Amino acid sequence: MTTATSSPAFLEFRDVGQVFQTRRGPFEALRDINLQVRQGEFLCVIGHSGCGKSTLLNMVSGFLQPSHGSVTLHGKPITGPGPDRMVVFQNYSLLPWLTVWQNVEMAVKAARPELAAESRREVVTHHLEMVGLMEARAKRPGQISGGMRQRVAIARALAVSPAVLVLDEPFGALDAITKEELQEELLAIWREQKPTVLMITHDIDEALFLADRVVMMTNGPAAGIGEILEVPFERPRRYEAIQDDPRYGQLRNHALDFLYRRYAHDVD
Amino acid sequence: MTTTAPPSPASTRRRRRLRPTLPQVLPYLLCIGAFLIVWQLLSALLGVERLPGPINVLVDTWDPYISQPFFDDGGTSKGLGWQILISLQRVAVGYGLAAVVGVAIGGLLGLNRFAGKGFDPVVQVLRTVPPLAWFPISLMVFQDANTSAVFVIFITAIWPIIINTAVGIQEIPQDYNNVARVLRLSKRAYISNIVIPATVPYVFTGLRIAVGLAWLAIVAAEMLKADGGIGYFIWDAYNAGGDASSSQIILAIIYVGVVGLLLDRLVAWVGRKVSKGAA
Repeated sequence: MTTATSSPAFLEFRDVGQVFQTRRGPFEALRDINLQVRQGEFLCVIGHSGCGKSTLLNMVSGFLQPSHGSVTLHGKPITGPGPDRMVVFQNYSLLPWLTVWQNVEMAVKAARPELAAESRREVVTHHLEMVGLMEARAKRPGQISGGMRQRVAIARALAVSPAVLVLDEPFGALDAITKEELQEELLAIWREQKPTVLMITHDIDEALFLADRVVMMTNGPAAGIGEILEVPFERPRRYEAIQDDPRYGQLRNHALDFLYRRYAHDVD
Repeated sequence: MTTTAPPSPASTRRRRRLRPTLPQVLPYLLCIGAFLIVWQLLSALLGVERLPGPINVLVDTWDPYISQPFFDDGGTSKGLGWQILISLQRVAVGYGLAAVVGVAIGGLLGLNRFAGKGFDPVVQVLRTVPPLAWFPISLMVFQDANTSAVFVIFITAIWPIIINTAVGIQEIPQDYNNVARVLRLSKRAYISNIVIPATVPYVFTGLRIAVGLAWLAIVAAEMLKADGGIGYFIWDAYNAGGDASSSQIILAIIYVGVVGLLLDRLVAWVGRKVSKGAA
């Protein structure tokens, strides 16, 4: 199901390049990136380490400015970080001295100051319930598992109701079962709010399960977009149903062929 | 003891903690015992006049210094409890001022990269100055022994507090700063939600080093020039040169050590209470 109101160029990369000045001279990380993301679209970015995936996302979250070209949201260039483009970091980045509840509440308070205390409490409660963490709300990050921490980070990110959600390999450090649970929870919250999602992953199955499109990057230096896979499966998706679909195997093989034959990476 | 009801697990646990078992105290008994024996032997070797043994110290100082810590014969003739309280009072003022001023300066140097860089050489040079080297200049400035002693405490204790506070702020993990940037936290919210909680463990490391230095410095400063205080007591006993004076000095040294240890533990305990999940 796609929303009819989405404008074609909600988030747009136009001729984007990124060159870092290093001690050994300039290093060109990205070259000629052109990409249009629709509003409410779920996009996964896949590629080998060092292909500039994080660089790409950092330009959306605003931590980096492109050296060439432009990254625009609603037609306006992105100039710095902001809560309309909330980030879920790989290492959770929860504040260890705050409880689960306070971590989410602090974000809502900062990003949505217009909410009254009562509505703020509702927002926090709702998002903690979505990830099943109301019971653990009084615990500190050090007292809960990695999976639970990432749930808090997701709840915190979505509680500020961002237009774009940026996830940098959010489930990389988790075990397979926790990972699958979190993927389903993420999809459930995404369905409810429909933010545009940009997510980095190493995992082809994860990308095919979650994304509307999978952006496959070529290897760096001067990495670019190699190919974009359209993922045609109906939503809401279920792992078992998708894996029985004959197109799943085709897409998967295609992606594997891209990553491990055409752009094989021996250092990875 | 009747054995009709089995004791609850909680009460056994409490009893176990109250009544330490022999294997737990054995290392202390043996090692401290050995230390005392070697001391006593050394004393016998050198002669009791030069170095009293532990038994001599106990006998010589039992009345009045151990049995009555809070006697007061007027003037500077006071029990060791009073002398230590006088020293602690000076430390409290000097150290308290150092804590407030040190955290404030350290906070500024940590938050402002320009000032942090520019003042670093000053801090690095001044922090290595031994406490007593400050004493003459503070006497010249303040013209008063008591104020000077307090100033020596202040100037000795302040450096580790400044340095650790500044480092704590500079070492705030990039992750937390990224969170602050994404959420566009106001300066105020950033300081109260991130800077202070992330820096508290560092500040207490500085405060803990500082309290040790402060206690070190007060004893030395009081030996030079003061009315009362445990350092004064030691120097006074030495100058009096009576029969029991070396025993009195040794007893005072033990008191100084125990109080220093207690101060260190107190600051560490407060630090643990305050820093919650951050440490």
